Amino acid sequence: MAFLHAAGSKVTSLKEKRSLLPYLLLAPGMLWLFTFFILPIVNLAQTSTQTPLANGDTGSYEQTFRFANYIDAFVDNKEQFGRSFLYAFLATALALAIAYPLAYGIAFKSGKYKNLLLVLVVAPFFTSFLLRTIAWKQILGEEGPVISVFRGLHIIGENTSLTASSFAVVTGLTYNFLPFMTLPLYASLERIDPRTMEAAGDLYANAFTTFRKVTLPLSLPGVVAGTLLTFIPAAGDYVNAAILGNPNTKMLGNVIESRFFKIVDYPTAAALSFTLMTAILILVTIYIRKAGTEELV
Amino acid sequence: MRITWWFRKNLIRVYMVLGFTYLFIPVAYTFAFSFNNGGKSNLVWKGFTLGNWQNPCGAPDVCVALGNSIRVGVISTVLATVLGTLIAFAIGRHQFKGRSFTNTLIFLPMATPEVVLGASLLAMFLNLGINPGFWPVVIAHVMFCISFVVVTVKARIASLDPRLEQAAMDLYANEFETFRKVTLPLVAPGIAGAALLAFSLSFDDFIITNFNSGTLTTFPKFVYVASARGIPPQANVIGSAMFFLALFIVIAGQLVSRRKAR
Repeated sequence: MAFLHAAGSKVTSLKEKRSLLPYLLLAPGMLWLFTFFILPIVNLAQTSTQTPLANGDTGSYEQTFRFANYIDAFVDNKEQFGRSFLYAFLATALALAIAYPLAYGIAFKSGKYKNLLLVLVVAPFFTSFLLRTIAWKQILGEEGPVISVFRGLHIIGENTSLTASSFAVVTGLTYNFLPFMTLPLYASLERIDPRTMEAAGDLYANAFTTFRKVTLPLSLPGVVAGTLLTFIPAAGDYVNAAILGNPNTKMLGNVIESRFFKIVDYPTAAALSFTLMTAILILVTIYIRKAGTEELV
Repeated sequence: MRITWWFRKNLIRVYMVLGFTYLFIPVAYTFAFSFNNGGKSNLVWKGFTLGNWQNPCGAPDVCVALGNSIRVGVISTVLATVLGTLIAFAIGRHQFKGRSFTNTLIFLPMATPEVVLGASLLAMFLNLGINPGFWPVVIAHVMFCISFVVVTVKARIASLDPRLEQAAMDLYANEFETFRKVTLPLVAPGIAGAALLAFSLSFDDFIITNFNSGTLTTFPKFVYVASARGIPPQANVIGSAMFFLALFIVIAGQLVSRRKAR
């Protein structure tokens, strides 16, 4: 607006050029996203209804518009489907429970150390996430320190292990996406004017009521952004399940990966990917509508 | 009342200590085991050594993988930062038709699981007869980094005081001069932050890379493949070194911007 206000009156011949400028700025990046994001998704949709060639080699498919591929893919993998969403939900809930007080503390209780603590939240994520996931595997593993303490205190039995379990997978997912939860929460908490909380106190609200009626509602955009940024990658993840899980904790990502690389069953992999993406987009849309914050991007 | 306040205050502090402990346990573990005299497999503690740090390329292929990751990361970061910054300026500084379409197209890659992004790109490359490898990985990384760059730079542009640009115009700077001398320097920290974010996303990406890399090994892929038979301690050295390097860059960046603010 400032531009138009100051310069708009003196140059009228430049007007046409100016209206083209935003499109020129957008073009290269948008073209990139169109070619390497939209087109592959369209191509994926096409692949998902293909069937194997009658007497072709493995990995050769022809288009027959067989939509039953979706039903087959879903029926064969409904457990992994359910697990993906269950684990992602649990990890999101846990991450919220861990990250909210953390973000709250950084925003309101850390004084001059605020920036340092913020850096420390992100810092662990510069160590490769695979190294950290494998570290969890070894910490929780048979030779690690945690299991002997747990067994010594009889929290778990002698034959129960912590790794290769759904517990380990959810722990890994929670850990891996924690900064995606913490940063948006911090951003929305930090924006809250502390005087609104003081005002609640002046009006005889106790600490809990102040939190429930003032702080929490005002931080809702952060909760929405954080839960989305955690849930989406968690639902599609397969690394945690591959490293920390067992064959009974496989998620949809594991199936897509193995259909692609080990079985070369592209149509099923495509149908599963497409279903996963659609399911997530539907959930996200409903969630954003319910939460009433469309200002995400 | 005072007791409740005291308790609440310290409850949060205790909670923060626990939270940070949880965050740093695997990092501390990785760092500690970078000094392990464990040979090829780094599963059990076998004794302290500085050897791994003195010779980080001692394990076969680990530095090849690191080199590939850095090359992919640098090229992807430069491309994604340029493309994303241009989009951010279009959205943040101009009125145009198709704005909500643009916003949706920026948001969608962030709302799509990595496994879908990776699989769909690979399927297209295979259909086109393009072999997976270095450039497909770069293409994929630029694609998923653009959105994050746009969001980061856009936030910075939105936080600028428009009066600064107005002042420049009042002092007879033309549009280009205003952009170069006022707008760009003010947005620069945002662009730098976006580039750092893009590099760390690219450097740490495994899922999309795994789909599109073919025989190219990146550092995360090396770790994943090695995890089946034991990761050499040199990988821990590189992971820890990245941690300290990033920490140094971020803290140095904050100190510089704080000094400038004074």
